[in-house]
Amino acid sequence: MEAVQKTIDQELLETPDLSHLNASDYDHVYEPREDSFLFLDALEKDINLIRLVKPSLCLEVGSGSGVISTAIARLLGSSSYTIATDLNPFACQVTHQTAEANKCHVSCIQMDLDSMLRMNNSIDLLLFNPPYVVTTSEELKQPGVDGSFLHLAWAGGVRGREVTDRLLNHIDQLLSHKSLFYLVVIKENDPDEISKAMALQGFKGEIIASRKVRNEMLSVMRFQRG
Amino acid sequence: MKLLTHNVLSSKCLKGVSVGYPLRLNATDIKVVDVDYNSEFVSRMIPKINYSALYDAAQSIGHLNGLPDAVVDDFESNEDFLKAVHHVLLEVDIVSGDLECPESGRKFPITRGIPNMLVNENEVNEINGSNGYNN
Repeated sequence: MEAVQKTIDQELLETPDLSHLNASDYDHVYEPREDSFLFLDALEKDINLIRLVKPSLCLEVGSGSGVISTAIARLLGSSSYTIATDLNPFACQVTHQTAEANKCHVSCIQMDLDSMLRMNNSIDLLLFNPPYVVTTSEELKQPGVDGSFLHLAWAGGVRGREVTDRLLNHIDQLLSHKSLFYLVVIKENDPDEISKAMALQGFKGEIIASRKVRNEMLSVMRFQRG
Repeated sequence: MKLLTHNVLSSKCLKGVSVGYPLRLNATDIKVVDVDYNSEFVSRMIPKINYSALYDAAQSIGHLNGLPDAVVDDFESNEDFLKAVHHVLLEVDIVSGDLECPESGRKFPITRGIPNMLVNENEVNEINGSNGYNN
């Protein structure tokens, strides 16, 4: 009976309305797809834990359409401040629009990862759906046709880890003492090795959601200091 | 861009820059917006922000609105103080202008409320890296 009650009480993470975006917007910005929806599902399952942590400062790195940061900004309302970064200027504009269309505020900053943020253990909730697709390192460096940033939304370099690792390297300086960090990975990124690397910085990690989509084994990992 | 965002930005990753904080703020268009006041949130933010950087930024753009120059002792229960901080942190919105590295003078434009902090690979320290995309 209690289990049934818990199911009923599960708070939902509303999927933001993206009807303000059209097909031509997705020529410039990553369109939410299975990885984004798995990310939303994983965060929804963790709502109680997120509320328990009471995040004051949230950061989404590489926000794309803004669907994830907007969902979090809406969930937490005036109890929190959400910052979103993306190196793609269109993504910054679209994230800003998505937040506005859903009547919440996300502070958008154009930058590479978290490179221009103060490293003083201030982020309480970190969200990263990185470019995780295995590519050559060269693909990360080449601007696409017409100087497009779009390939940088998915091209992950060797093992699909080159971009992710640049964030993980200094994660200890970014995250607060009570923080939560959610990361989207695929099997080729070697989640076990990511956990081991994070353990060296004092974080314990676990996979909290997985889904096989065509040839990709997608997972969402959660890290906490432990 | 709200002053809370200004408070968390730094240009320390630039080559030859040792502190890079706080960034100088030049505003050419500012709007003041209404944001829901949550005293508990503002109170939680006080220890996380650099208060003197917030004060100086607000003063430099003429939007102190009665903000005291230091955190008051009873900040958790001082509603007048928390409301003043709320206003400066969240309600003053920089629409256009720029941010400037206090050491190198490198400027970062703010357009339609969004700061462009993207730098070229050759501007940053190796350790921080960049993805090598030249803007």
